[in-house]
Formats: sequence, structure tokens, C-alpha cells
Amino acid sequence: MKPATFDYHDPTTLSEATALLSRLGEDARVLAGGQSLVPLMNFRLARPAHLVDLNRVAELDFLSVEDGELRIGAMTRQRALERSDEAAAGWPLLREAAGFIGHVQIRNRGTVGGSLAHAYPSAELPVAMVTLDATLVLQGEEGERTVAAEEFFLGTMTTALEPGELLREVRVPAVSSGSGASFQEVSRRYGDFALAGAAALVTLDREGTVTGARLTLTGAAPIRAQAAEEMMRGQELSEALFREAARRAVDGIEQDSDMHASAEYRRRACEALARRALAEAAQQAAASFEEAAP
Amino acid sequence: MSRRTIRVRVNDVEHTGEVEPRKLLSDFIRDDLGLTGTHVGCEHGVCGACTVLLNGDPVRSCLMFAVQADGAEIDTVEGLAPDANTLHPLQEKFQERHGLQCGFCTPGILLTARALLREVPDPGETEIREWISGNLCRCTGYRNIVTAIREAAELMSECGAATSAPRKD
Repeated sequence: MKPATFDYHDPTTLSEATALLSRLGEDARVLAGGQSLVPLMNFRLARPAHLVDLNRVAELDFLSVEDGELRIGAMTRQRALERSDEAAAGWPLLREAAGFIGHVQIRNRGTVGGSLAHAYPSAELPVAMVTLDATLVLQGEEGERTVAAEEFFLGTMTTALEPGELLREVRVPAVSSGSGASFQEVSRRYGDFALAGAAALVTLDREGTVTGARLTLTGAAPIRAQAAEEMMRGQELSEALFREAARRAVDGIEQDSDMHASAEYRRRACEALARRALAEAAQQAAASFEEAAP
Repeated sequence: MSRRTIRVRVNDVEHTGEVEPRKLLSDFIRDDLGLTGTHVGCEHGVCGACTVLLNGDPVRSCLMFAVQADGAEIDTVEGLAPDANTLHPLQEKFQERHGLQCGFCTPGILLTARALLREVPDPGETEIREWISGNLCRCTGYRNIVTAIREAAELMSECGAATSAPRKD
């Protein structure tokens, strides 16, 4: 129940951090908030030879809106995202999703970048970022590259990060007006890992017709339900529409079975949660017109 | 492996220590500083028994290395009471309302509650339950813990700073 020995590095600048990662290669692990990595180390399921701690790299801790785009530094605490009124005003899905992560004590340490780079299957922020069509900025010693959230997550705890690279920043594009969002999940107990989850973003025109929809489900990697999104476009809102879209969303998807839930349970729970998420997102979108009315 | 010298301020007292990087903050607090009020339960971030305040925020001290706390301010349960003869309102109400039985989870819950009342001086039951959801108690069923926190909030708003530690309260 105690970590194995490791060499500890605590750079204070981004360039120092990437130089270390580049030099140490696959022997090094990045330590962000440590709410997933430290338990793994305590159990000795992870025994990195080198730990590169990003907690003193101040330039990775920021949250700002620039040109309508939300920019979140990788070391921004999940609690800071949850409490940011600026983020909640433009991207309410993020506050909702962050509120499902563990508990207050976990979110005080856990970081936005750590959750994304860890890519745990039931994690909330990966699903939210795919739904919001976020872009991830990856930094290596030689330079940066950007990857769409949808392409970043490759499978269970597997991402597009190459050895020597770290996740620097997340950029979330502005959400069009007339949109509503919802994050839904089920877990055994409050704050536990989700057994299943769904996030939806629905955009309406003034007549109440769907002009755009994004729907993502939890899975090994977040599952974007494109067939459901496409069938909703141009449709009038109805319970039947949400039900049919949710059915299509889970059609043929793969889910894992484990001691917590069977694949079939997860598939059916995803369907129910997708339907609820779409209905609530649509309701929020409709309400946004009422708020805007004189 | 190389040891590091760290400086931390715990309950308003400066401490220096020499630690292996792998030493958990919870073990540093208990073994090096001798402050055994911070309890260690699961050591993987589930039970919340090791909760301390790090620069005012409740965190799991078993999910941090002591080296990471270099330069930080930490509050443990030992710093809660203003002096040896006076209990903090939270402690007073936990005693009065039977907010504990075996007491293993109590230090973590007290510190979580302390942070809650600083942020939300007048919390409702739902808010209290949400905050303490990260602290497992296997004895009480939580009912009396919620009551104690609720009544401590009332007591603290009545008495203002008079019964609380003067520093941050």
C-alpha cells in the first residue's frame, strides 16, 4: 500500500517539463492531480521510474475566454472548472459534468488535463469534451500539435499522446445560441465511477426545429452517436424523437462487462440516459429563447 | 534515492522535514510530525479518513506526496479547537449529537465540514450530504453527522468569531 521508489522531478516551466519527458521517454509518467495515478502507485499497479510533477508549472493553470473560445490549462483543477461562472455561462455542460467527478476532495486536486490524459472509460470530462467538439493541444519538446477530442481518445486509458508529449491545453469552441446541454449518468453510489453516462447538446431555431445535435455515450473511449445526431436534424421536438434517437445511439455499440455491470446493462442504461439527456438539453435550448425574449 | 527537505506550515506551526519523494503526505503528517489525528483508511482515495485542508481546501492526504506539499499550509484535526479546553463548534456538536461512534472517520469529516462552512455558512441538508459524500462512515448512518454540522453552522453564525479560531474563521 505504499508506492515503489521513483525519481522525482518538479519542473516549474513547460519547456523544462517537455525536455524532461523527452529525455526520460517511456520510463517517465506525468503527475497531474494524482487522483488516479497515486492510487495506482499505492497499489503498485503503476511503478514509474520517473515522475514528472506538473503541479509547479504555473503556466498550465488557467481558465479564460478568448474570442468566444474557452481555454483551459491542463493543470486547472476540476473544482476550479466547476466553480467558474465564466465557463458555466457559455458551457453549462462542463459544470454539470465536473460535478459528477468523485467528490469535492477529489476535485480540489484532480485536474482537467489529468482526467483527459488518463482516459478512464467512465470519466466525465472526455465525454463532455467530445460532445463540445473541443480541441486538445499536445506539447512536445519540438513543438505543439492539435487533436480533436474525438480523435484523442483511442480506447481504455489509451490516447493519441506520444511518449515525450504532454497535454497542455483544451480549447472549447463557442456554443451557438439556442443551445441546451445535459449530462446524465448512473453510478452505484453518489460520487462512484459511472456505470453508464450520456452527454447531449441540442440546438434549436425559433420555431423549435432541431438545427444541430451532439450526443456522446460512455464507453471504452467516448462513443459519439452520429447516426442519432443526423436523424434529429430538421426534426420537431417530441418524446418519440428522443426515444428513436437514443435507440439508434446504442444500436451496435460495444460495451464492456465487468464485476460492476454487464455490457447489456450498460447498453440499456446508455439508451435511457441518452433519451433523458436529449430531452433535457432540448428543454434547456427552448428555455434559452424564453430568457432572451423581451 | 535522494531525500528532499520540505517546509510546511501545519496548524500555524512551521515544520521542516526530510522525506523520500515516495512518502505520502498522510504518512509524513502521522509518522514524521506525530500528528496521528489524521487517520489512514483505504490509501486509495475512497474513504476520506485522511482528509486534511491544503491551503484551505479539503484533499486526500493519501493521494499526495509530502514533497508536493513543500511551501503549503495544512490544517489537520489537531488545529481545529482554539485551545486545550475549548472545542470547535463542530466538535461540540458532534459530541452533543452523537455524530461519531468509533471515531475513525471523524477527523476527515470535521475538516470537510470546516471547509464547507467556510464556503457555505448556512448549508442545507442536501449540500451537507453532497460535501460529506466523500467521507465514509460505517457506524452512524450519517443522520447525526448531518444534524451536528447543521447545528454547528447555526452556532457559528450566532456566536460569530467568538467561539472559533481567530485565524481564518
